Amino acid sequence: MVEINQTKYIFEIKKFSVFYGDFMAVKEATINIESNKVTAMIGPSGCGKTTLLRALNRMNDLIVTCRPKGQALFHGIDINDKDTDVIELRRRVGMVFQKPNPFPSSIYENVAYGPKVRGIKKRSQLDDIVENALVRAAIWDEVKDKLNESGLSLSGGQMQRLCIARSLAQEPEVLLFDEPTSALDPISTAKIEELIVSLKKLITIVIVTHNMQQAARISDYTAFMYLGEMIEFGDTDKIFVRPKNKLTEDYITGRFG
Amino acid sequence: MRKYIPLKWQTKEKFVEIIISSVGFVSVIVLLLIAFFLFKEAFEVFYRAGFYHVILGTQWYPTSDPPKFGMLPLIAGTLTVTGLTAIIAIPLGLATAIYIAEIAHYKIREFLKPLIEMLASFPSVVLGFFGMVIIAPILSNWLSSLLAERLPELLRNTSLPFISTTLADFCYNKFFISSGLNMFTAALMLTVRAIPVISSIAEDALTAVPRTYREASYALGAGKWETIYKVVVPASVSGLSVAVILGIGTIIGETMIVLMVAGGAAVIPHWIFDPIRPMPSAIAAEMAEAAHGSLHYHALFGVGAILFLITLVLSLISDFISKKYRAIKIGEKV
Repeated sequence: MVEINQTKYIFEIKKFSVFYGDFMAVKEATINIESNKVTAMIGPSGCGKTTLLRALNRMNDLIVTCRPKGQALFHGIDINDKDTDVIELRRRVGMVFQKPNPFPSSIYENVAYGPKVRGIKKRSQLDDIVENALVRAAIWDEVKDKLNESGLSLSGGQMQRLCIARSLAQEPEVLLFDEPTSALDPISTAKIEELIVSLKKLITIVIVTHNMQQAARISDYTAFMYLGEMIEFGDTDKIFVRPKNKLTEDYITGRFG
Repeated sequence: MRKYIPLKWQTKEKFVEIIISSVGFVSVIVLLLIAFFLFKEAFEVFYRAGFYHVILGTQWYPTSDPPKFGMLPLIAGTLTVTGLTAIIAIPLGLATAIYIAEIAHYKIREFLKPLIEMLASFPSVVLGFFGMVIIAPILSNWLSSLLAERLPELLRNTSLPFISTTLADFCYNKFFISSGLNMFTAALMLTVRAIPVISSIAEDALTAVPRTYREASYALGAGKWETIYKVVVPASVSGLSVAVILGIGTIIGETMIVLMVAGGAAVIPHWIFDPIRPMPSAIAAEMAEAAHGSLHYHALFGVGAILFLITLVLSLISDFISKKYRAIKIGEKV
């Protein structure tokens, strides 16, 4: 992939829709995502925020009936163009899922999976990448003595951080988080949130969350979606303090949802 | 008029429990009795003819005088034909499963999956018949003349070292098929029998791999092939081994096909085109003519007992693997 233009927006999404068969899950959404910021997407269940998130690294390709329409640019390149290298796209735009999903192999193998797929074979180089990724995901101290134990032996929060480390090992420019803390307890959640904030120095972050406090705490920008439409998008401070749209206000004050 | 006294609920519960458990026990008891009967009848031959003579004897002449009950040719027949079939059927069966579960478009999958499962219920006598009237003549009339006559001739004419001499002789000696009813034909037909068994079980194992593993792999920039062989196959390796073992079990126990196309010669085979007499076909062919209570009769039960032990061990192994697999799944958090 070649970069065409360098703007401060890493993703430029314009009048972008996603269909499941005939059902329009995302309706002509427009959103620009800025580099090295945390952008949160909130909205009630089924509003299309996860679908939009998964469109950013084409994870929707795995769903047979799913079909995108409109403009979605990553560094000025059309994500959905058939010539776009989806493998490269997913390496540069990583994803962390709602349920921690480590592979049923050792902690080391989990993190080394991506680099190995990329073609890195040298053990010493892999060791460095694994350690680096685990350090950045703030889990190194907890697992450094048991790298050969199964990734499934960890606690839920540790597993999620392992999954983040696994994504970081691919040196992504963007990390997409799909409700990363909805299966975790408050302490693990706090650790993940801290981690997300620390990661944004080097990485652009897009996070889908049901937890409005979480969006308010960690994000720079917030997008509110409702029934597939992008209702409001702007600075988190403004959206939470003085929303322009009545729907947004009702949602964040808990009057519906 | 007698007054109607309703049963206590405990009595009802007990009653239902007794009925259901006795029905369940019937089948278990029947199976145990069959196994007991099998070993009781088989014991005679091992006792009278000597265990080692029976197991390691190379001559199976049950009707000559004195009769000889060396089962090694039968055991070797079963093992060789099973091995040859396994070499062909396991890669094909697993590849079919991977194709259906991972690669095929979902419309093709919906059509292929029931088709393969239907193939599993294909009557083996029809397969045997097909092998007998179509595959066997092709092998003995066409393939044999092609590989054992034309090919060596062609090779000799090249007058190259090694190829014109050693390789040509090898073809001439080894590819001559005197009868189409042999181990190779049997293995081909058994492959048709085993593929649906292997692939449908393996396909279930592959489909059972959580979608989240695949998503994780794709999200890390892995391609389809890497996801299949680095994530999906390792995660389902126990299910795949069960598929392979049950497939082998099917091949070993399959009677009709080997009875019809394996050739029926009770000699230890030396090459894949030799006729063989695997254990099930020996039992099926000879039981009708063996006098009840004769040593021949007991010897056939002996063959059956060995067959039973082999398949029992196979199913125990597959049971062990799937139990171990289940234990891991339960231990898995979240």
